Amino acid sequence: MAMDNSGKTNLNSLNSSEAALYSQPTRLTGAETVWATMVGEGVRDVFGYPGGAILPVYDALRKFPIRHILVRHEQGAAHMADGYARASGRVGVAVATSGPGATNLVTGIATAMLDSIPMVCVTGQVSSKVLGTDAFQEIDITGITLPITKHNYLVSRTEDIAPALREAFRIAKSGRPGPVLVDITKDAQQNSAIFDFAAAAPAPYRPHPMLSADSAAIREALELLRTAKRPVILAGQGILHSRAMEQVRALAERAQIPVACTLLGLTAFPASHPLNLGMMGMHGESWVNHAIQQADLLIACGMRFDDRVTGSLSTYAQNAKKIHIEIDPAEINKNVHVDVALVGDLKEILETLLPLMPKRDGSAWLRTISTMKGDASVHDIQQLPDNGHLYAAHVINDIWRETGGDAIIVTDVGQHQMWEAQYYKHEQPRSLVTSGGLGTMGFALPAAIGAKVACPDKEVWVVAGDGGFQMTSAELSTIVQEQLKINIAIVNNGYLGMVRQWQEKFYDKNYEGTPLLSPDFVKLADAHGIQGTHVRHRAEVISAVETARQHPGTFLIDFHVEQEDSVYPMIPPGAALHEMIRRPKQSPLVETATEI
Amino acid sequence: MLHTFVALVEDKTGLLSRVTSLFRRLNVNITSLTVGGTETAGVSRTTIVAEAADDRAPRIMASLYKLEGVLEVDNVGRHSAVVRELALLKIAASQKTRSDLFQLAEVFRARIVDLAPESLMMEITGSASKIEGLVQILLEGNYRILEMARSGRMAMRRGHHTSRVLEALGDTPRVEPTMLAGDRKHDAPDLMAEDDQA
Repeated sequence: MAMDNSGKTNLNSLNSSEAALYSQPTRLTGAETVWATMVGEGVRDVFGYPGGAILPVYDALRKFPIRHILVRHEQGAAHMADGYARASGRVGVAVATSGPGATNLVTGIATAMLDSIPMVCVTGQVSSKVLGTDAFQEIDITGITLPITKHNYLVSRTEDIAPALREAFRIAKSGRPGPVLVDITKDAQQNSAIFDFAAAAPAPYRPHPMLSADSAAIREALELLRTAKRPVILAGQGILHSRAMEQVRALAERAQIPVACTLLGLTAFPASHPLNLGMMGMHGESWVNHAIQQADLLIACGMRFDDRVTGSLSTYAQNAKKIHIEIDPAEINKNVHVDVALVGDLKEILETLLPLMPKRDGSAWLRTISTMKGDASVHDIQQLPDNGHLYAAHVINDIWRETGGDAIIVTDVGQHQMWEAQYYKHEQPRSLVTSGGLGTMGFALPAAIGAKVACPDKEVWVVAGDGGFQMTSAELSTIVQEQLKINIAIVNNGYLGMVRQWQEKFYDKNYEGTPLLSPDFVKLADAHGIQGTHVRHRAEVISAVETARQHPGTFLIDFHVEQEDSVYPMIPPGAALHEMIRRPKQSPLVETATEI
Repeated sequence: MLHTFVALVEDKTGLLSRVTSLFRRLNVNITSLTVGGTETAGVSRTTIVAEAADDRAPRIMASLYKLEGVLEVDNVGRHSAVVRELALLKIAASQKTRSDLFQLAEVFRARIVDLAPESLMMEITGSASKIEGLVQILLEGNYRILEMARSGRMAMRRGHHTSRVLEALGDTPRVEPTMLAGDRKHDAPDLMAEDDQA
């Protein structure tokens, strides 16, 4: 029986001869086994690039109900599999050949590792007879990826392929998810063995032996929750992984606790919810970080106290007790010492905790935060007079208005990424796809392709800078070949903007290596058969966004925004979370009415 | 402080490099490392001695457990345990100086396991400090140590403690005859009781 990643049966998509594969042991080649196992695991789409050592696998592809998306660079395949997983929650799959094909995956695998994304990469390897001889296109990819995968395999026998692949899927999606690589020698692909899907089932998932959320710890947590006057929930991506959105919401509502989100946790709690404060950390709004610094209790849900959200550790939330609910015991007390650690699945722990949770009145604390918010809140930037400049924040804000906050936005890395996090109000879980931990430029375009393939009925937007877009823009061809509809917004400021901002603030405006010449992106799109338009004025933003949305195919908008704009607020490196640089008064993106 | 981690791992290609790579990634230097068989076929026992701040030990243990193929982890430094190391020393010795070395070996309960015209080989088992004590005496006595090989530490908790994971797997700990050293019966009686506090 075929199961997809979410555990639902997928038998309907198989015809009778295909279904027979899973009911009786059958002799298959290793290459056929690769696909048969994937179909059995519920895989429908893979992203890949062929080559010598993976050719047997490609040769067998046509016999199986799997869509193969040919990428233009293997890094793209890894990011697509990653975007596929982030948008859908299913395991993404990338396929590459040996040697350079495999090494090109590395950045994409590391991106998935740092953000705990379930992904399986299959690479071809030279024949087992010549392993270790520096044969043509031989590279030790299991050695290279050892520290950036959750686990990896070198498979040199046909009969080991199905068990390794099935275990790879189990590992990728269980516990704290992550990428797994399966390297298969060419002779293992060519030889044949008995394929027995059921017998190849992996040992059941063994929870980490150091998980602990016993009743004593639950009682301690409840006591802290009961007595807290100024609690804040810190919402991380673990909420999405654990599918605990409802439980976190119930906890917040029942106890009237405001919620601050990490970048990857932004879509775990609806932006429009009155208890949602917004994003915390280096570019979080001032009231969010002030609330955390003034809190007397932090309830961290599926987040890891990354340096980008804590500011200097010695001054972080000094008056707050901390409850850390987390599935990975290695994250407990790593950066921030916590008072109560509930180590396990977030959803299960919250379901234990919620019935015992007394209702509490949080109105005084919420009023305090509301006052801070009123003082600092960004004015509705749509109401600001048009001073002839085009600001990236306007662009993002207009995309948000036009899409109603329901599109999947896939960002690159840099200033535009932070503006997206600030000005696009996400209502739907998994509607923001962004590289947080590794901060991988070039991520957006391929990850958006993955997101669109995973969610064909969703509106998908790329928001990228002019720098990052050029790193992987070859994937425009993939979009055309696969006939995908993706809207692309390039936030073009002629600089590697975030680096320029750091040079402005911390390196005496020595703009070394950051001014950036770009091609005419609209012409580049045109060369691919993709329509596009330039936007230089604020008044043109909405009509361009609408044109893109109405256009049946992919559409690219090159937004020529203010060149030396910076992301505010900003916490300088080494400073405390509340010591942020606020928005300057002359900026149209002012914080208070008196500053207009 | 010095931590002694014992990890039971599946006896598979590459697992040792996963374990050591973890310490490298955490920027923790491994002081000594031993790997060998256990009472269960297919399971290896690794003993890793590493210098790390006290509060990092739980995270190292948690990270070890995250590696596929790591079955059980223990930090034996926190418990009463027997810790042993074996060393072989080749010492320059003429016919004249041999007898002094024989005496020294007796004091340290070491054994002479090879004799050559210009040198002899000593085998010593015990705590690290005992081995280091012998080395120091040799150096102070102006003996030339031509070669030294130390096995690295092995550790086992005292008392009835057994591997939880192996118990859970239903494997009754058993000792295979082949696991005993072949020439064991010829050895002198083991009189290491005084080291047990190490």
